[in-house]
Amino acid sequence: MKILVPVKRVVDYNVKVRVKADGTGVDIANVKMSMNPFDEIAIEEAVRLKEKGAATEVIAVSCGVSQCQETLRTALAIGADRAIHVETDAELQPLAVAKLLAALVAKEAPGLVILGKQAIDDDANQTGQMLAALSGLPQATFASKVEVTGDKVEVTREIDGGLEVLSMSLPAIVTTDLRLNEPRYVTLPNIMKAKKKPLENVKPADLGVDVAPRLKTLKVAEPAGRKAGIKVADVAALVDKLKNEAKVI
Amino acid sequence: MTVLVIAEHDHGSIKSATLNTVTAAAQIGGDVHVLVAGQNAGAAAAAAAQIAGVSKVLHADGASLAHGLAENVAAQVLSLAAGYSHILFPATAGGKNVAPRVAAQLDVAQLSDVTKVVSADTFERPIYAGNAIATVQSADAIKVLTVRGTAFDAAAAQGGSASVEAVAAVADSGQSSWVRSEIAQNDRPELTAAKIIVSGGRALGSAEQFDAVITPLADKLGAAIGASRAAVDAGYAANDLQVGQTGKIVAPQLYVAVGISGAIQHLAGMKDSKVIVAINKDAEAPIFSVADYGLEADLFTAVPELVKAL
Repeated sequence: MKILVPVKRVVDYNVKVRVKADGTGVDIANVKMSMNPFDEIAIEEAVRLKEKGAATEVIAVSCGVSQCQETLRTALAIGADRAIHVETDAELQPLAVAKLLAALVAKEAPGLVILGKQAIDDDANQTGQMLAALSGLPQATFASKVEVTGDKVEVTREIDGGLEVLSMSLPAIVTTDLRLNEPRYVTLPNIMKAKKKPLENVKPADLGVDVAPRLKTLKVAEPAGRKAGIKVADVAALVDKLKNEAKVI
Repeated sequence: MTVLVIAEHDHGSIKSATLNTVTAAAQIGGDVHVLVAGQNAGAAAAAAAQIAGVSKVLHADGASLAHGLAENVAAQVLSLAAGYSHILFPATAGGKNVAPRVAAQLDVAQLSDVTKVVSADTFERPIYAGNAIATVQSADAIKVLTVRGTAFDAAAAQGGSASVEAVAAVADSGQSSWVRSEIAQNDRPELTAAKIIVSGGRALGSAEQFDAVITPLADKLGAAIGASRAAVDAGYAANDLQVGQTGKIVAPQLYVAVGISGAIQHLAGMKDSKVIVAINKDAEAPIFSVADYGLEADLFTAVPELVKAL
C-alpha cells in the first residue's frame, strides 16, 4: 500500500505575524517558513506505518511556490520515499488544493492519505475533508491513533467531550491531531540522503485542475487589542478587583 | 433567501453551539431552518423547534445517522442543499468534520470559523492563530460556513414555534462505521459554554498537582476546567480540555490562567474572554500582556490562598 502525505509550507509557528499596513494581507517576506506542524505528524505517522510493514511507499506532496521543495526535502529526510511538487505561484485555497490532491489520488491510487488537520496560517481545517468528498472516500479527522489491519483502518478521533473510534474501508483519508505522535528530528545523514531522493515537478494544468481562488479577501486587519491590564500585589487585592471592579465573581 | 443550520445535538437535546449558530443565521437574513439528523432524535427536533427565530425544523431519522458519520451526514445535508442560499454549521468537532465535505461536493469554497457577518456574502474570520482578521467575500451560489460560537450570542432556546417536518434519512455509505466512544464524564459546565474557566499549564508539574490545585478553585467558582497544550501533552489533563488555536476556542466572562506562559497558540483560544486573570511567577510571561489582572506569585501558594479568600 502506498501512503500519500500532503505537506504545506507555512510561516513558522513561533513567528508572530504582522498585518501589512495597506490591509492586503500579512507580511511574510523575510519571515521564517517551515513545515506545518500537523503535516510533520502526518509524515511521521506514514513513515511509522511503513516501518511496521503496513505500507510499502510514502509519497510526500506539496502545492505552491518553488520554495515548497524545501518542505518536501524535509519530508524526505523524515523518511518519505519520493516527492511530488505541484508548482504554481497562484494563491491556493483549500478547495483548489483538494482538487489537485484528488487528481493525484486518482493517478497514484494510494491506500491511505494522511493530512494535517489544519494549516496554522489559514486555520481552515478543510482540505482533508474536501479531498475525501472529491475522491469519494471515507474520512477520519482529528486522529490520535491509526491502526491498519488488512483492508480496514481503525482510527481513534478526538471529539468534543472525549474520543471516538471509527473503522473505515481502505482507501481512506485521515487527518492528524496533535496527540497522534511525536515527529522525529531529522538527522544530518538523512538530510543528505533526502537530496538524492526523487522529486517530481508537475503543474496544476498537467492535472487538469483550475486553481482560481473562489473566495476574495477584501481586507486583513489587526485584531482589536486588549487594553493594558494591571498587576496586583497579592491574593486579597485580586479578589477585591474581581468582586468590586470587574464584578465577575 | 433561506438559511439552513445543521444542529449539533445528543439526540435528546440541542447543544448550545447550535444556538449561537442560529444567531449568525438570523444576521444573514431570510428564513432560518434547522436540520436535526440522527436516530431517535425526536426530542432534539422538538427542542430545535422552540429556538427563537427558527421557522422550520427538518428532522431526518435513521440508523445511518446514529453516530454522525461524516459520509452520511454530508449526504443528508446535500440531499436538502438545493433550496438554500447558506448552510451553517457550528465550528465544533462535529461541524468541522462535515462542512468541508458538503462544500466540496457542492463545488463551493467553505468559510471556517466565521466571527462576524458583514453581509450575506461577506464575513470576517481569524487567520494565523487569531493574529489577523480577514474580511472575505464569497461569490459562490451556496455559501457553506462554520460559525465560531463564542463570537455570537446564543439565540433564546425558548419562545419559538417552528413546525417540524420529517425528511427521509439517507442510506448508509457503507464506507465507515462507528466502533465505540469514550466520553469523559463530568458534572462541570461545558468548556465552550462556561461563564468562568480555570485553566492550568505546565507549571503545575503533574496530573496530581493539576487536580489538587485547579479543581478546588474551579469548584469554588463553579467553573469549567481548561488546560494549555503543554499540560495536555504532559498528561496532566485530558485532551478535550485543551484551549487554543487547535483546541477549544473560549470566551468566558472570567478566564483564570494558572501557570500558563501564554504562547501565541494558547492566546488564540482565549483572548476574547471578558476578564483575564494570570497567576504566574515569571514576570516576563507573555500571558501578562493580555491579562486584566496579573498576580506574580507561586501558584502553589497563591491558588490555595485564593480558594480560601473566595
